[in-house]
Amino acid sequence: MLELQILLVFMIIGAMIAVKAKDLLSAVIAVGTVGLGLSIAFLILKAPDLAIAQLVVEILVIIILIRATIRKDLPFSTSGRWFFNTFVTFLFMIVFLGFGYYCMKDLPGFGEPIMKISQRFVTEGLRQTGAANMVTSVVLDYRVYDTLGEATILFTAVIGVLAVIRKVGRKR
Amino acid sequence: MNEKGMTLIVKTITRLTVGLIILFGIYIVSHGHLSPGGGFAGGVIIALSFIHIMLAFGKEIAFKKVNQAIASFFESLGAILFITLALIGIASGYFFLNFLSKGEPFTLFSSGLIPLYNLAICFKVGAGLFIIFITLVLLKIPGEDSEK
Repeated sequence: MLELQILLVFMIIGAMIAVKAKDLLSAVIAVGTVGLGLSIAFLILKAPDLAIAQLVVEILVIIILIRATIRKDLPFSTSGRWFFNTFVTFLFMIVFLGFGYYCMKDLPGFGEPIMKISQRFVTEGLRQTGAANMVTSVVLDYRVYDTLGEATILFTAVIGVLAVIRKVGRKR
Repeated sequence: MNEKGMTLIVKTITRLTVGLIILFGIYIVSHGHLSPGGGFAGGVIIALSFIHIMLAFGKEIAFKKVNQAIASFFESLGAILFITLALIGIASGYFFLNFLSKGEPFTLFSSGLIPLYNLAICFKVGAGLFIIFITLVLLKIPGEDSEK
């Protein structure tokens, strides 16, 4: 798990560079490195389905962000209240770490889930659904209502984007 | 966005590789029940291939291949196909019943309805993300400054 921890440190450094970068293009590229690191982390944790989906969606989002930000000089917020900002940041970090310390102790160990039904998916999935890819047998057979909800969310998102940005019917 | 597209090098490389990208997307979708991937990832890969054409060659040539009407058609087709396949199951049991035969495992035509669900999600996700891309990137908001 050493390579996973190195990767997590790399992702945290990328996120900090994305927050602190001076221009928007550098920040977008730093966000892209965080997404790439997350994809490789999924691959190390043996979840290739998630790795493929994460990598592909990350590429699409980076293209959209670069095309949207490349030629606009958006104002960059550099307020002078650095003491207040730093104080609030450290306060929330301490509160989060304090709560996290007590919450993480009650979590089940890695690879020992609470829900026993996942064991049944692993053992019975191929026989009951006939799909060799176990993730597909869960996503498209046992939990297909979730997929229906996800498809509905995407459909609503497309309709919302078209309704906000359309030209026809817009009044000044 | 530049109307003429990018340089000759980018256009030549795009002409060579875009077919392979579409082929890879079709492979990911059709083998979604056998290997990692599935409808979502394959649909995004197919949408990315059209975005690739649009970035390299400019707007006009890309809109000759696929325009907004075709994308809306595929978006609606995916949704209707998904719901219809789910509703057919009611005739012999319950919603989302996998009524086709399971077939031999580890072959392409197996596991009943799951490849068809993958195909429906591929249409839906690919067309939907392509529509979002051309809406967010190409269309100009009225009242904003025009192209600089």
